Amino acid sequence: MSETGGVLSTVSGGTRSRPMNVVRWLLLSDYLVLALTALYVAALWFFVPEILSPTNLRDVFLQILPLFVAAMGLMMVLMVAQIDLSATSIMAMGCVVGASIMTDQGGYLAEHASAPVVAILAMVAIGLLIGVLNGVCTIVFDMPSFLVTLTTMMFFSGAAVWYTAAHTSSGSSIGGLPPAFIEIGYGGVAGIPYAAIITVALAIVVHLVLTRTVFGRWVRAVGLNPRAAAISGVPVRAVVVGCFALSGLFSALAAIIYTARLEAGTPILGQRILLDVIGAAVIGGVSLFGGKGTVIGVLVGVLFLSVVDNGLQLLGLSLSSVYAIKGGVILVAAVTDAIRHNLMARG
Amino acid sequence: MSDLLLKVSGLNKSFFGVPVLRDVGLELHRGAVLGLVGENGSGKSTTMNILGGVLAKDSGRVELDGEEVAPTNSRDALALGIAFIHQELSLFPNLSVEENIFLDHFPRKFARLPFVDRRTLRDRAQKAIELVDLRVSPVTPVMRLPQGERQLVEIAKALSRQARLIIFDEPTTSLTARETERLFTIIGRLRAQGISIIYISHILGDVLRLCDEIAVLRDGQVVGAGPRDDFTIERLVTLMVGRTIDRLFPERNPVSGPQRTALSVRGVSQPGIVKDISFDLSLGEVLGVSGLMGSGRSELARILFGLDPYSEGEIRVQDAKLPPLAPRAAMDRGMAFLTEDRRGEGLMMEASISDNIVLPSLVEQSSGFLRWLNPSELTKAARDVAERIRVNAKAVDRTAVRTLSGGNQQKVVIAKWLLRAPSIFILDEPTRGIDVGAKYEVYKIINEMVGAGAAVLFISSEIEELIGMADRIMVMGRGEVRGFFSRGSFDRETLMGAALWE
Repeated sequence: MSETGGVLSTVSGGTRSRPMNVVRWLLLSDYLVLALTALYVAALWFFVPEILSPTNLRDVFLQILPLFVAAMGLMMVLMVAQIDLSATSIMAMGCVVGASIMTDQGGYLAEHASAPVVAILAMVAIGLLIGVLNGVCTIVFDMPSFLVTLTTMMFFSGAAVWYTAAHTSSGSSIGGLPPAFIEIGYGGVAGIPYAAIITVALAIVVHLVLTRTVFGRWVRAVGLNPRAAAISGVPVRAVVVGCFALSGLFSALAAIIYTARLEAGTPILGQRILLDVIGAAVIGGVSLFGGKGTVIGVLVGVLFLSVVDNGLQLLGLSLSSVYAIKGGVILVAAVTDAIRHNLMARG
Repeated sequence: MSDLLLKVSGLNKSFFGVPVLRDVGLELHRGAVLGLVGENGSGKSTTMNILGGVLAKDSGRVELDGEEVAPTNSRDALALGIAFIHQELSLFPNLSVEENIFLDHFPRKFARLPFVDRRTLRDRAQKAIELVDLRVSPVTPVMRLPQGERQLVEIAKALSRQARLIIFDEPTTSLTARETERLFTIIGRLRAQGISIIYISHILGDVLRLCDEIAVLRDGQVVGAGPRDDFTIERLVTLMVGRTIDRLFPERNPVSGPQRTALSVRGVSQPGIVKDISFDLSLGEVLGVSGLMGSGRSELARILFGLDPYSEGEIRVQDAKLPPLAPRAAMDRGMAFLTEDRRGEGLMMEASISDNIVLPSLVEQSSGFLRWLNPSELTKAARDVAERIRVNAKAVDRTAVRTLSGGNQQKVVIAKWLLRAPSIFILDEPTRGIDVGAKYEVYKIINEMVGAGAAVLFISSEIEELIGMADRIMVMGRGEVRGFFSRGSFDRETLMGAALWE
């Protein structure tokens, strides 16, 4: 009888064995992912020492920036327990529309001084509009955001291809972007790229909004318990729509950085990174169940995923194996999130 | 009817080395009803979980029909004839009544092959639900049944497994008065068939009415046990809390001076929900709202606070008309609303005490166009109000409300609104599911607010509570106001009569 007692009390929250406690601490620790990243780099360093070369580090750094921006946007929708699958289609749409405005190959404002500014504003507007559309459909018609954003994803990735075909002869990409715009991708102040300055500024703003403003608290409350939030006077619908709008906005901002680095507008921009965006957020501890997420966490998630990706490529693995491994890593992160959720609920 | 069915002796159990049960002994005869009472955390649930196979005991002896038993899971317990009907029912709402009853022992066609014998299933289910007086078709999905009938399905399920002992944990918390009556009739019938019952409840009047024997637990020990006639409500309360509570309800000094109307409701109607509700609520007054579940009392509360729509009528707060469907506008005019569903609608269970407390006040606590917050000031504000009403927790900014007891959680919900210093407080079942000691404290908080000039609309299913606390009682039934009673003319029978009158 005493044996069963021991087993059962572990299950029901009684005494835990030491290894269980270590596992528990690791699972609940915020530094788990960071530690894994270091471990991964150390392990790969044996095989591919160039993983720590300055060139490679710079590559990884530049790769992280737009992904981080997009993942912060996705974090906002995940925090209200929704999802935005259209993030990368917003990027593609913004990218081709922005390029079509400023390209010197027959753009709407070709070679006009204001072209880059107008293009950027148009991209931002597209992001906000699609975001609001997602949010309104989700909240007003009470549809699952998975479905809503799946359809907007399909619609706008199709629309982006069609738009490009209508604006170019080749039909694949819009080149000839003005140098002032490309500066965002390659230029910088005192050796710090503009893209980095923009990203860090955004990260600080998001962090402050989440921790220091009423809106941030509302986002968390809606994610944790929308009904309790409504009774406490939180405008739940407006908060959810706001989060979708922010996700759209951040996708558009990420698209600006990507486009500037690519020096072209293409409808396949971001096509392959949807999984990275969602995965980075989840690895970074943003809960799919809502209510939980930090900017630092997302940064760590983006770092981890980018380093894994970079390392696998350095090892010379094929694209399909890189995909398979990344998929596995994200699955593990999602499972970890679920386990954490249960551990927390049990106390 | 005197042979012993269940004998528990010397039962001990600890969690983390903290003893939660100490030498617990219980006896239950065949066809008898044993009432088990005690405050939250007194060990009632642990004892029952051991009987039901959910937990394992550390030491002690459980005898069923003279044989020692030790169920290790609920399936085991069920095979022994012990059925446990939990407070939160464990039915599948999307499945039909018959499927729920026979879920773990479907009658099969062709012996062991996995084909359900629909006809036998239907026949047996029909018999099972007739035993509990449930007049629905066995194919009705459970989600279409009201709470009371769902409970009958649970009982039918227990009976279909030949249960000898049925444990009810707080079975009446979500039942209407009429459903409760029906449940009691059925319990009476079960007992006539020789089935034994353990009945756990906070509603002491019910326990005294229903049970043959009563056992009182406190701090994991049985502090009193015996036939029902040995007990009175006062004695039960004294045993449960371990000290004498001279009064169940704290005294309140009536507010002097002229009456000022805080809330005035005129002809509020919403088809199918409430009809032509009119009343005035004055500052410094407690207006009790009584009525059965489904009488429209909670629905009225939600309408008043702007959570649900209404098609006709007018709600005025201190002479300004309240816009419909705008909780924020109601809050800005000094209204507060404590929901009956503490876990589902009152709290963010995973968040800290202070995050919960400051949520309705964030806008007021913020500054500037960006609505900037100062986290340390927020925590301080939350700590002040939590201390004022004695929320029992060490660190308000680090303790998740999930870890608190029911009574403390309810205090957190009250604290949320106290921080806004409301002038009109709508309380929907403020003492549901909390123990006697915590109830008394909630009453004291209400009295303090009213003493300071606030108006309180106090909705409750417990008539004694309204009689003890209210200045006036409004009785509702079928969405209508059935009558008003003032303090001098309070009387349990009259109030019940008004609520039941068709």
